[in-house]
Amino acid sequence: MGKYNWNWNIFFEEVATGGEKYYQWLLSGLGWTVATALCAWVIALIFGFLVGVIRTTPIKWLSIAGDAYVELFRNIPLIVQMFLWFFVLPDLLPQAAGDWLKQDMPLPEFTTAVVSLAFFTSSRLAEQVKTGILTLPLGQRNAGLAVGFTLPQVYRYVLLPMAFRIIIPPLTSEFMNVFKNSSVALTIGLLELTAQARQMNEYTFQGFETFTIATVLYVIVAFTANRFMALIEYRVRVPGYIGGGR
Amino acid sequence: MITLDSVSKWYGKFQVLTDCTTAVNKGDVVVVCGPSGSGKSTLIKCINALEPFQKGSIFVDGTSVGRAKTDLPKLRSKVGMVFQHFELFPHLSIINNLTIAPIKVLKRSKDEAIEKAMQLLDRVGLKSQAQKFPGQLSGGQQQRVAIARALTMDPIVMLFDEPTSALDPEMVSEVLDVMVELAHEGMTMMVVSHEMGFAHKVADRVIFMDQGCIVEDTSKEEFFGSARSERAQQFLSKILSH
Amino acid sequence: MGDFDFDVIQRSLPYLWKGMQYTLTLTLTAMTGGIFFGTFLAMAKLSVIPPLSIVASAYVNLMRSIPLVLVIFWFYFLVPLLVQGITGATEPVPVGSDQTALVSFTLFEIAFYCEIIRAGIQSIPQGQVSAGKAVGFTYAQLMFYIVLPQAFRNMIPLLLTQTIVLFQDTSLVYVISVTDFLGAAAKVAQRDSRLVEMYSFVAVIYFLISFTLSQIVRRLQLKISIATR
Repeated sequence: MGKYNWNWNIFFEEVATGGEKYYQWLLSGLGWTVATALCAWVIALIFGFLVGVIRTTPIKWLSIAGDAYVELFRNIPLIVQMFLWFFVLPDLLPQAAGDWLKQDMPLPEFTTAVVSLAFFTSSRLAEQVKTGILTLPLGQRNAGLAVGFTLPQVYRYVLLPMAFRIIIPPLTSEFMNVFKNSSVALTIGLLELTAQARQMNEYTFQGFETFTIATVLYVIVAFTANRFMALIEYRVRVPGYIGGGR
Repeated sequence: MITLDSVSKWYGKFQVLTDCTTAVNKGDVVVVCGPSGSGKSTLIKCINALEPFQKGSIFVDGTSVGRAKTDLPKLRSKVGMVFQHFELFPHLSIINNLTIAPIKVLKRSKDEAIEKAMQLLDRVGLKSQAQKFPGQLSGGQQQRVAIARALTMDPIVMLFDEPTSALDPEMVSEVLDVMVELAHEGMTMMVVSHEMGFAHKVADRVIFMDQGCIVEDTSKEEFFGSARSERAQQFLSKILSH
Repeated sequence: MGDFDFDVIQRSLPYLWKGMQYTLTLTLTAMTGGIFFGTFLAMAKLSVIPPLSIVASAYVNLMRSIPLVLVIFWFYFLVPLLVQGITGATEPVPVGSDQTALVSFTLFEIAFYCEIIRAGIQSIPQGQVSAGKAVGFTYAQLMFYIVLPQAFRNMIPLLLTQTIVLFQDTSLVYVISVTDFLGAAAKVAQRDSRLVEMYSFVAVIYFLISFTLSQIVRRLQLKISIATR
């Protein structure tokens, strides 16, 4: 493979279209990746916990609705979901709303990517929240009710605090996933990191350098996300509980 | 204080309680005993509506437990319950376990709640553990905290569901001592338990259950002296033999 | 939405079926390759030889840290160069995206199947290994006759679930313009301006297949847990 022209300086060269350096493309892509992932994650947490809780209530129709929500977003590939939000939804809505989505909404690629990724991730979180709550002994719910808490209070003060701590490992996994999954948004035109890497490769043909740096950036992001969750796990640990330490 | 009238309960097709009728008067200490599967835990959980029942009626201090409109949290805040597996809230410190319900349910101020909690902890001999977490305490200590937690709500009646069954033998007496003291102070108590020594000491009445039915419901003296049903006699002989 | 054109779906069914065939081929290839090589990778990761376990761990961690899309681009770019290097050609050999996708997915899935298999191997009680050693088995015999058969029986639901995930992930070959099921639908959608119909159809089909398969896995899981009681 000696025929390949190595050029690690390519990042500091000016782009063919002028004005910027190539490394700025990648940084911009990284910025969009992180922004998309974090926004989607926050929304996903809210919906995920809500639906996860709903799935464990004794109200039959609510828990079935929650299950349906999870099955819907879990069985369709993320890229197809993004296409549905981006291409199909505007045409299904009444004329005025559809037009606004297509023409006037600011940052259409970013917004669609965030919404789509949020719903996709939230269904996976809902599954984990449900599992976490069901892992708790039934006695905890009873003890909460016995002191006079209403059911919402039982969830808030007794069940969710412990369920949250129990599901931190799979939660960490999902948090790391959301950064990787943001790359799928390049198919609807979001210029996140992978898109920028592809673009840079198309312009410079320096694939090794480009993709290596992109890989390194993703690894750094994954590592940071992982360490952040480890910090959270440390902060919320319960003394005396399994893994809680004294 | 508590009245049960022809209470019946089914899990699907299986009947777990059949026509249970009894009453607990103010100041009474009633011990409910019987073999495993007799329905005694289920019965006591029906009283504060932790378990639903399909037939009959239960009244606690004049409030109907079965009626749909009853404010259950309000009712439950007046009924104290102690569980077999203690069920302290593991993510809260001991003092917070005792104050969270008074603050959130009874709307007491934080200072009020803490003061009362510390009093009760002192009473059960665990004042020094206030800042610890449940996972750091022994079973006997946890159960005493659980009793204190129920007492912080100033209950009118205390329900105990096999409070010592999950404890190592050496810790049983420290919990029973607290319960005996409570009885002597005049608390109305309904206790599901195998501890016949406790029953002998403080019970006013003993209820014996078998296969979902109340078979015996007599004064303590009668029960231990001349229990009428054969089933109860069998049970007593097995229990008291060691 | 009054003019939903069911006809376009009907007309393109043969073409869509060809795309689906590719999707299934890719899924099965990556699954078999992933499980086969994943088993070796799992054993490497658990091995006591440091270089082996370090390299295996590094590979798994890398594949789990980067997006599948990036892996696809990597191999799309790299495979022609590799073939050039191997065959000694003068220029990068153009390899069809269909083929590079097979390589990308297999190598990606190896890391994920490896983790499932590793957990399965580790779940076999130490007593089994001791018993095997006691009758004189070599390491290879131990793995092949005692550990792996038991590990796999336990792991079948998880392996199948991963395969369902893989089935959905194959849709990402869209980024290198491969004509899989989604790709075929996209081409028809763009040619006939029928985005709504085609993408809805794709979503429904993926949903039906994934949902049915996951229900089957759930039932299988119940059967296994009852049988091993």
